[in-house]
Amino acid sequence: MTDALALQPQARVRTDPNHLGHHARAGEGHAKATGRGTGGPSSKRIIVGYGFWIFLLSDIVMFAAFFSAYAVLQTGTAGGPTGAELFDLQNVALETGFLLISSFVCGVAGLALAAKRHLIFQAGMALTFLFGAAFLLLEAREFLDLVDRGAGPTRSAFLSAFFTLVGCHGLHVSAGLLWLLTMMAQVATKGIRPEILRRVLCFSLFWHALDIVWVAVFTVVYLMGSIA
Amino acid sequence: MSLEDRHHTDTAPGDEYGEEDIAKGLRGYFIGLVLASLLTVASFAILHAHFVWAPAIPVALLVFAIAQMGVHLVFFLHITTGPDNTNNVMALAFGVLIVVLLFGGSVWIMNNMNRNMMPPMSASPQAPAMPMHH
Repeated sequence: MTDALALQPQARVRTDPNHLGHHARAGEGHAKATGRGTGGPSSKRIIVGYGFWIFLLSDIVMFAAFFSAYAVLQTGTAGGPTGAELFDLQNVALETGFLLISSFVCGVAGLALAAKRHLIFQAGMALTFLFGAAFLLLEAREFLDLVDRGAGPTRSAFLSAFFTLVGCHGLHVSAGLLWLLTMMAQVATKGIRPEILRRVLCFSLFWHALDIVWVAVFTVVYLMGSIA
Repeated sequence: MSLEDRHHTDTAPGDEYGEEDIAKGLRGYFIGLVLASLLTVASFAILHAHFVWAPAIPVALLVFAIAQMGVHLVFFLHITTGPDNTNNVMALAFGVLIVVLLFGGSVWIMNNMNRNMMPPMSASPQAPAMPMHH
């Protein structure tokens, strides 16, 4: 009884298996922790998720290169239209809203899958698809409109960089939509199996990361471009 | 997996620590949605705000964007400061370092070069300084 009471506050503290040395609290710094020491490898879900996390970070580094090119070439309009003259911020606000809601519903679908609620998962993924597709439609309309007005990617260095950066994000969203449909089909036909759950985890990481990149796009490209 | 076991393991990015309850999970996503929406509205609103000193607007936009990325990381990707997330945070920190070096370095170097190597506007193309050989 007294032992249980004494252990109660200890259990609430998250012990750190990496925390070595004489500052370590009780239960810390032992070599039997999974993923390090003699504890054996981490679970496959953790390894797959971590590997995909590293891929996403490398993808974000690639986007950073496109952002750098855009920032450097932004003033190179070659006598053509500037961003402030071209951008329709109402359209951008709608796109931002669609992608944010899509990211939110994707998270809810992930929760539903973890709770083995098939119907909520499929409905959530369908909504995620619809909002993602709406985003892509608005972006495609914007691109076609720009080309129609003579502001295509060949017009100036600024527009080349703009279409490369925003188009690359759009390509990622398109690939994500295909992946999303694949996940819906796999959960429906193969059921909730560990490897399917890992794929859905990676997909939801991908989808959330795309929304983070979009935050940078609407801030750096559209909002800051509209100031100048 | 018991709670005691989870103390001694890692958590995959995107997974929430100790979260088996769907209602509790939903709460986190809702908080994230509300905060991200507020920051987005603030970004679009401040663009035409007359009460803000104009040169401060790009700085404010950057602050809102970085804050929103943080909201996404915490509430949607479940990146935490807990020991089970050490590996995820270390990888993220390295990614941020590369992004800052790449973007900041490019902008810094190219702006500096543009300022120092801009040809004088008065130079006439008809009178090259050096004789040309064809």
